Amino acid sequence: MESRFRVLFLAMLPVVLGLSGCAATKNLFGMGEEEQALPPAEAPSPEQVIDPQVERRDIREPKIDTENFEIGAFAGVMSIEDFGSDLVYGARLSYHITEGLFVEGTVGQSEAGLTSFEELSGGAPILSEEDREFTYYNLGLGYNLFPGEVFLGEGRAFNTSLYLVGGLGSTRFAGDDRFTVNVGAGYRFLVTDSIALHLDFRDHMFDTDLLGTEKTVHNVEAHLGMTVFF
Amino acid sequence: MSERNTTTTHSMSPSRLLAVLAVLLSHTVAAGFSWAAGDYHTVSVADPYLEMHTGPGRGYPKFHVVDRGEVVEIIKRRTDWFLVRDAGGAEGWVDRAQMELTVSDGRNIEFADAGQQDFTDARWEGGVLAGDFGGANIISVYTGYSLNPNVAVEVWGSQILGNFSNGWMGSVNVVHETWPEWRISPFFTLGAGAIHTEPKSTIVQGEDRTDQVAHAGAGVRIYATRRFMLRAEYKSYVVFTSRDDNEEVEEWKVGFAFFF
Repeated sequence: MESRFRVLFLAMLPVVLGLSGCAATKNLFGMGEEEQALPPAEAPSPEQVIDPQVERRDIREPKIDTENFEIGAFAGVMSIEDFGSDLVYGARLSYHITEGLFVEGTVGQSEAGLTSFEELSGGAPILSEEDREFTYYNLGLGYNLFPGEVFLGEGRAFNTSLYLVGGLGSTRFAGDDRFTVNVGAGYRFLVTDSIALHLDFRDHMFDTDLLGTEKTVHNVEAHLGMTVFF
Repeated sequence: MSERNTTTTHSMSPSRLLAVLAVLLSHTVAAGFSWAAGDYHTVSVADPYLEMHTGPGRGYPKFHVVDRGEVVEIIKRRTDWFLVRDAGGAEGWVDRAQMELTVSDGRNIEFADAGQQDFTDARWEGGVLAGDFGGANIISVYTGYSLNPNVAVEVWGSQILGNFSNGWMGSVNVVHETWPEWRISPFFTLGAGAIHTEPKSTIVQGEDRTDQVAHAGAGVRIYATRRFMLRAEYKSYVVFTSRDDNEEVEEWKVGFAFFF
């Protein structure tokens, strides 16, 4: 069994070393010289505003405030399957890649209540207080599906966006970490160009056998949040 | 304006003089403020016109046009959109393609735009991948530093979530990219690290343990857009356990990453 790994390891060594050498030969074949060879510019015609002889790249990104990150906090209600609904709060950080696509990381915490069985029987609780804590993290992608504007009265317009999110992460609940798939949708309302309000719905799904049989549980969360672009 | 003020001053009563001084002062202060607040980069429009959108996206309507030769201030940038303000105070979003047709001090402007060349040349990258680790789920984050376009060093942290045990793994890899200039760029990797395993509470005999691991693997980096790429990889791990037999684990992962 071990030999398979060893063979792979040893087979890789000459490949890796050999290919490092290839990098050096790249220039011999002129592969790295695509950037040059701009034809000399002609004399500018009278109407031309821009002198084509001007070398580009003279001003490389003047100091402009870029605001592609979005950070914020949220609070809302989370329904933990079989364990009732409770307050959830957390934080989120996004990076906007294009006008449509963004990546997002969230962390959140809630607390599980009693199951119906525990409520009715009045017997011993299934989980200790400590194990009722429900914490999650999630890393995923989002897409601004319907960007748009809303109008308040005649003179005010606000940019908004309805977005979809999906990601993977882990949930710690009942003394165990579980692989969690997260999907949802949200609505972003930009109060100013840098401050946004969010209304989000998320479903955190994972497999558990906590109450006997193995099943996929859906823990649905609705929250309001505020974020700042920076 | 100042000319008219100086010619009329000598016939003014003291109170009117005071009023004029106050106005002049307020103008100076206002000018000072607008200079401080207007610490933005200004460019003049070289294209026949510059179109302002109401929001940073293709679909937002165009509501204002700035003519050739007029000057605009660049307030901020979000992805490929620039919030600009013209001399009349109108603010709107302009896309990068149009902004590059503006001039500053008689020169064209080029705005930083990560492309495939940066995909090849960038020093730093980091990303998130998820997949299967010997039947368990794995979520990994990594950061990498390129020593040259072909060779990079990466540090990985992973959380492993299985039916019978959970765990953490950390490792250091050397990655070799054979054709870094390709849009779909294959790589090979070797590395070593440590894995910590915690059997689930339902398994009676389990014991926490930490073992050393070594791995070899291969994968592809696929340039997507701007600073964004997709990455997929296979790694074969050997876990050096304290028992007689070493364990072998196969891992498949896909995810996304950024380069800087």
